[in-house]
Amino acid sequence: MSTYSVSDAISVEGSRASSSRAQAIGDWLKSSGIGVAAAVAWIAFGLSCLWWQDLGDWSRTYSLGIAAFVVAAVALFGTLSADFLGAAGPALRRRAPWLVALGLFLTVWELATAKFAWLPLPFFPPPQAILEVYTDDLPKLLDSVFASVKLQLGGYVIGATVGFLTGVSIGWSRSVGYWIHPVLRFIGPLPATAWLPIAFFTFPSSWSASTFLIALATGFPVTVLTWSGVASVSNAYYDVARTLGAKPSFLVLKVAIPAALPHVFVGLFMGLGSSFAVLVVAEMIGVKAGLGWYLQWAQGWAAYANMYAALIVMSLLCSGAITLLFRTRDRLLVWQKGVVKW
Amino acid sequence: MVAHSAAEVIAYPAVGAELDIEHVSHAFDIDGVALPVLEDVSLSIKPGEFVALLGPSGCGKSTLLRLVAGLETPRSGVLREDDVRIKGPHPSRVVVFQDPTLFPWRSVWDNVALGLEAQGILKSQRQRVDAAIDLVGLSGFRNAYPHQLSGGMAQRVALARALVNDPKILVLDEPLGKLDSLTRITMQAEIVSLWQRKRFTTLLVTHDAEEALFLANRVIVLSDRPARVKADIVVDRPYPRHRGDPYLADLRKQILGLLGLDATW
Repeated sequence: MSTYSVSDAISVEGSRASSSRAQAIGDWLKSSGIGVAAAVAWIAFGLSCLWWQDLGDWSRTYSLGIAAFVVAAVALFGTLSADFLGAAGPALRRRAPWLVALGLFLTVWELATAKFAWLPLPFFPPPQAILEVYTDDLPKLLDSVFASVKLQLGGYVIGATVGFLTGVSIGWSRSVGYWIHPVLRFIGPLPATAWLPIAFFTFPSSWSASTFLIALATGFPVTVLTWSGVASVSNAYYDVARTLGAKPSFLVLKVAIPAALPHVFVGLFMGLGSSFAVLVVAEMIGVKAGLGWYLQWAQGWAAYANMYAALIVMSLLCSGAITLLFRTRDRLLVWQKGVVKW
Repeated sequence: MVAHSAAEVIAYPAVGAELDIEHVSHAFDIDGVALPVLEDVSLSIKPGEFVALLGPSGCGKSTLLRLVAGLETPRSGVLREDDVRIKGPHPSRVVVFQDPTLFPWRSVWDNVALGLEAQGILKSQRQRVDAAIDLVGLSGFRNAYPHQLSGGMAQRVALARALVNDPKILVLDEPLGKLDSLTRITMQAEIVSLWQRKRFTTLLVTHDAEEALFLANRVIVLSDRPARVKADIVVDRPYPRHRGDPYLADLRKQILGLLGLDATW
């Protein structure tokens, strides 16, 4: 009797253990299933590269196919063994659905262009043509990236600094506001690109003209938002600081500016967006360097793959710049967490 | 407890300042029309005294505090701190406002350090900040940001921010007005004990007769706008006081009568 009950207890225990094991296996399958799907998608892409003959003359088709298989292998083993990869494992698992989508997209793209030309060919280059640009035209592309970053950074830093200082002085001093405000109203809303023709013959070099235009495009939103930020600081903060013995410099540096910073960052964000537009136009029209110029040049030679390649680099740079700005803001405005969100 | 506070009194000799308000009148310009808010207000407050200003809402109590703080100058009349004319704000007269007005971008510690930082003496006096935070019982919240604090905690930080300057006159502008009634009762007792330990002259604006009687040595009843001194009532009761004290209840009835509210009680 007693042995019976013991064995009964063991079997209950055993079935519970096996059910939880089944659960664990289910979880593992679920999380690895997407990894397997990603691998399949990338294998499909690799096969689509290698199975059929190219309709055109591209030199990187074979390497691209191999690269696709490598990505497939990484996706497969990475997600299956994610638990042993530290922080990289979960990160890879989170991105696995995107890997699936990307693999499928590349497969369709490959088939639609290089293999069956469903899309008209010179205008829609296949992935291997773009890869070819990155491998064979790298020096020129890097030069362009360097030139663009230099121009953008110079103009943006000047524009942001001048805009910030102007904004603080308008917000702080009524007499400065009296003189600057109407000028700002009159000139600010003008798109910076409208100055292009004038800027290019009044400035000594196209580089200085473009820097000025980028600074202008950045400066306006930064000025307006810094100003509104400083102007909207509650008088109660100043009262508190004054009763504690604060001098005017303390009120500006330690009260007005920190209180206005969330606004300033909105201005910096808007300025970044409009300065990108000016950068590209300025490079296309006047400056003989940079990604905008590269795009223009590629169009002149009907080098469509180069255009797409440059466009991809450009979008990476722009989104990288914005990410950087947001990271800086999050670092600087930790106190805002839970107060303001945008 | 009594022995303890007696020892404290010896450790902290009366640091409060005398405050004299002499024939002060003040008015605001509203659309070019002068709106009188204070009319010939005279008061003399002895060092270390706890005086409550009581009056109907909008009567000009807070304006009087702004004049004492030096945030505004009166149209006529003179205010003096220890016989020195008040011309502007000074850290010896610190205000705690109805809203804590903590700087949201500064941690609790940095908020309390504000006065010392503004006066340029923070580097050598950092321990005073820690002491002030300990004094209001928020040692565990030094690195918290204001949005993480409750209303009562925020007002305690505001109190610490004022006390870190060792003010001679502490000006309290309805500091408990926005707190819930339980927190208010706790903090009333805390304010009394802080005042007993530090002996600063205290000027409290309130519209709560009970609060005024619980805290103050003297209750000044102000009239409707423009404010005039209607009555100067000495509350001769030792601390800690009890809310049920019949003496205080009588005084409250008298005060509400002065404010024209006796019929409701």
